[in-house]
Amino acid sequence: MIRMMRHALHAGRGALCLRSFSETRGEVIEDVLQRTDSARLTNEASLYVHWPYCLRRCSYCNFNKYIPRENNDHTMTECLQRETETLLQLSQVSCITSVFFGGGTPSLAHPSTIAAVLETVSRQANLSDTAEVTLEVNPTPVGRSKLEDFFHAGVNRFSIGVQSLQDEDLKVLGRDHSPQQALLTVAEARRLCPGRVSVDVMFGRPKQSVESWENELSELLRVCDDHVSLYQLTLERGTQLFKQVLEGEVTLPTEEETAEMYLCARKTLHQHGLLQYEVSNFARQNAVSHHNRSYWKGTQYIGVGPGAHGRFVPVGEGGVLREARTQTLEPDIWMREVQQKGHATRRRIQLSHLELLEEVLVMGMRMTEGINHKHWELFSPQLGLHEVFGTSSDVQELLQRGQLILDERGLRCSWEGLALLDSLLPALLVELERRVSLRLQEDEHAKGQTNRTSNTQ
Amino acid sequence: MSLSLVKRWCDTPLLRRVLQFKEYRRKIQSCNMTYTLLRHRWMKRLPVFSSSFRMLSTKTDKDTIDLSKFPVDRIRNFCIIAHIDHGKSTLADRLLEITGAIAKNDKNKQVLDKLQVERERGITVKAQTASLIYSYEGEQYLLNLIDTPGHVDFSYEVSRSISACQGVLLIVDANQGIQAQTVANFYLAFEAQMAIVPVINKIDLKNADPERVESQIEKVFDIPCEECIRISAKLGINIEEVLRAVVERIPPPAASIDEPFKALVFDSTFDHYRGVVANIALFGGRVKKGDKIVSAYLGKTYEVNELGLLRPAEHPTQKLFAGQVGYIIAGMKDVKEAQIGDTLYLQEHPVKALPGFKPAKAMVFAGMYPMDQSEYPALRSAIERLTLNDSSVTVQRDSSMALGAGWRLGFLGLLHMEVFNQRLEQEYNASVIVTAPTVPYKAVLSSPKLIKEHGSEEITVVNPSHFPDRAVVSEYLEPMVLGTILTPDSYTGKIMTLALNRRGIQQNLVYIDDQRVMMKYLFPLNEIVVDFYDLLKSMSSGYASFDYENAGYQAADLIKMNILLNGEPVEELITIVHRERAYNMGKAMCERLKDSIPRQMFEVAIQAAIGSKVIARETIKAFRKNVLAKCYGGDITRKMKLLKRQAEGKKRMRRIGNVEVPKDAFIHVLKRKEK
Repeated sequence: MIRMMRHALHAGRGALCLRSFSETRGEVIEDVLQRTDSARLTNEASLYVHWPYCLRRCSYCNFNKYIPRENNDHTMTECLQRETETLLQLSQVSCITSVFFGGGTPSLAHPSTIAAVLETVSRQANLSDTAEVTLEVNPTPVGRSKLEDFFHAGVNRFSIGVQSLQDEDLKVLGRDHSPQQALLTVAEARRLCPGRVSVDVMFGRPKQSVESWENELSELLRVCDDHVSLYQLTLERGTQLFKQVLEGEVTLPTEEETAEMYLCARKTLHQHGLLQYEVSNFARQNAVSHHNRSYWKGTQYIGVGPGAHGRFVPVGEGGVLREARTQTLEPDIWMREVQQKGHATRRRIQLSHLELLEEVLVMGMRMTEGINHKHWELFSPQLGLHEVFGTSSDVQELLQRGQLILDERGLRCSWEGLALLDSLLPALLVELERRVSLRLQEDEHAKGQTNRTSNTQ
Repeated sequence: MSLSLVKRWCDTPLLRRVLQFKEYRRKIQSCNMTYTLLRHRWMKRLPVFSSSFRMLSTKTDKDTIDLSKFPVDRIRNFCIIAHIDHGKSTLADRLLEITGAIAKNDKNKQVLDKLQVERERGITVKAQTASLIYSYEGEQYLLNLIDTPGHVDFSYEVSRSISACQGVLLIVDANQGIQAQTVANFYLAFEAQMAIVPVINKIDLKNADPERVESQIEKVFDIPCEECIRISAKLGINIEEVLRAVVERIPPPAASIDEPFKALVFDSTFDHYRGVVANIALFGGRVKKGDKIVSAYLGKTYEVNELGLLRPAEHPTQKLFAGQVGYIIAGMKDVKEAQIGDTLYLQEHPVKALPGFKPAKAMVFAGMYPMDQSEYPALRSAIERLTLNDSSVTVQRDSSMALGAGWRLGFLGLLHMEVFNQRLEQEYNASVIVTAPTVPYKAVLSSPKLIKEHGSEEITVVNPSHFPDRAVVSEYLEPMVLGTILTPDSYTGKIMTLALNRRGIQQNLVYIDDQRVMMKYLFPLNEIVVDFYDLLKSMSSGYASFDYENAGYQAADLIKMNILLNGEPVEELITIVHRERAYNMGKAMCERLKDSIPRQMFEVAIQAAIGSKVIARETIKAFRKNVLAKCYGGDITRKMKLLKRQAEGKKRMRRIGNVEVPKDAFIHVLKRKEK
């Protein structure tokens, strides 16, 4: 049944969209290339689909997730399809470059749900056969047993929430799997999608030491595939862990220790060929996550499902500015709204030119390659990186200290600088705002001059 | 004047003791004291918030009072002085009730304390006046009661009030006995040669021990036990006896109705409908509605539209006579027209102007800044309005690189400063940053060039950044105070250690009864100005009381301490300290800064230095990592918001060299610690 569906799906993905310009291989003159690149900004998008349900609550998680009271998977599936359809139409994108099923615990969804959503996408837009389709997986025995079906439903990349290889730690974190189950799940995923399996690990966990983290990393490196995502546990208000820490039941490693853990992980992973390409992502043999990379590159994305976020231009209703869009948080209400209106967008905020540039900057600087001049020009044809950041004394100081690099390639963090990104960004944002508003004033002034001239005529 | 006073006092049995007191006083106070005692016999502060009076008072005698019925010998001017919480305001409530000035009512609680801060703290800040009419042996007497602040910070109010009176009621709690402020207030009254009526209040309390308190009074003040009146203001016990004592023991004022009209303006308020309401004391003659009066200060002539008594509500009368106090409305349009200290006289009878008020000297200085610079104009007008009614606050514009534009305000003392701040917040809804208080130092210049520049050899330094260099100074002087501490003797040892740590020099120690000790210490004002009182209270479980009076200046080994951030001096943190205390101060400041400057991308050295010598150091280690993972499903909104806020905050940070210091850090270091 599922196989058949997958087959049908493949048939549906007839037309290939141009995934990158290099594929045209032609002799292309510069401005055509530019025009095409900027056209892609609104023609393409990636798609994020949120599955809001979990079986239980992890002690550290404050994300939008719900423990379902009854099984309404069927309605949920229908609504995800419906909203996908509506938003794709609204965005008028012709090509979806990647799909990511996140959650909650999307591996709790029935594989047919995944297939159904992908099918909807294919009906509305081009979804290449080779387009990355990632599913987040909770490495439980049930999750593992469904991997093959997910694969057949169209998923071609698995992101596995291993989090820790310490039994005790997984219990404290409230995870519903053991390290052994996680390892088995990774193995199964690698069998299905060799080279396209990512493992999520978490550091800065309660009672964790630098030494135990090092050991854990070496163990992980023996079993992992070509992609590792490294996250630091953050204490969020309203979580059980927050309460435990507050009451002194649980202690978290100090700032010094987590800094050490991060640096140590960066080194160790590097030694094993896993190159850092973003603050928390490492890949071997270029097995980068295309989906995440498109966030950092500032391309459009459509968010479907309860609480999902999107950034796209609603061309379908005549929009010209990119919007920050948020879907209704609570699943039942979200479903009702989708059933009534076709989508459940709760908040829409138009991004100004400055705000868009701010996002491009903040996201772009997370990558080790940073922001190259051509990429920046796509969003800011008027003000180049040198013009924005070249003259600021604050930025000069960062350059001199070797934390930031601004050269013929573009703007990026140094190895040390990347670990301090959150301290660098405010300085860059201040400068960006100053430059953009200065330019605006100049433009206004120039416009005023022209008007006056024309009036006198 | 004083001769006639002495004559009058000869009739009373007090004089003998007064002379004895004088000697006794000399014994226990070997150092030179400077009172801000002003010698106006009529001076006092009158109600400012007259509108609220009207609501509280009930018109029990509506008919116009014929003030000509009260010649000088039927007038008594008195005030009540006491330590905080000894029941001064409660007694005032009872006196007002019994004389019919206000109706008997359970709600009469601190009727004269109008300000929110007064009611909350149970203290009196502004002296208030109420004229009471009391029948004594078939004769009607006009008793002018002036409720005074209890705290020594407000002693300028107390002394003004006292100088308007011929006698005081000295209230002492029957349970707590004599406290530090009882002593200070006693001496103020004593110096002014007042008749003193000791009243022991709260005799209804379970632990009341009036005998013990009487013997304390006899021992400390040399007033015989039998002169004490035991009362309960709360329950209204023996209040009549207090009123009788006022008539019997306090002499009438010395002013003559035969002289030309001469009145002192001692307070003024502004009423939107009627213009300026000036509070006046008549030094001689009489004044009536329609009279043409002249302000000696401005030379402007006004016509009297309305005048009357304060009971405590405004009570219009036809005339006011010599010896009386009241209010006058005469078409003045601006508060500045009713200059406090001005003399009023009749157009046709010019008189020599009265000396006016000597401004009280500010002894504690603190910077005040708006929380946000956009609030500057609002705060300015609030400070202007507040200082209009409290001329003892000195205002100087100041600005700090970190805190922006603000003021350096001078106060008479710490409580004065706190009360001012609280009134700003409560009455004007202004949120302010108040820096830690400093004291005015003096420097005796040695360089002739500088002396010429400043026009004098001795200069006063209020702002630490203006502290002159040792090289051009022959000596520095610091303000001293004489502190009085009363405590149960079990805490004596601890308190002596504390006093020693604060460079205190013991002047005197006496047992005022078998358990309580009175100690006198000479302290540098700087040492008691920040947290001394809190420490004293906490180490004595709240039993010790403290009060102080200014005691001139003394030479001191003062030095200027700089705080450096990565070698760069921070102007707003320059501190003047005594050499002995420099290390502790420097260390504490470095520690506080370390706690409040966020980590940076490089190491930050915080140093306290004297000249080029570093005396204390703290280090803020550099960040090794400041980046966090995971943007869940493209939700970057939250992250963006956070970064934007940081970017905004960055714009407001103060840069010292390469170190970014948030405003909060300055506030944390400069601000007075919360209790």
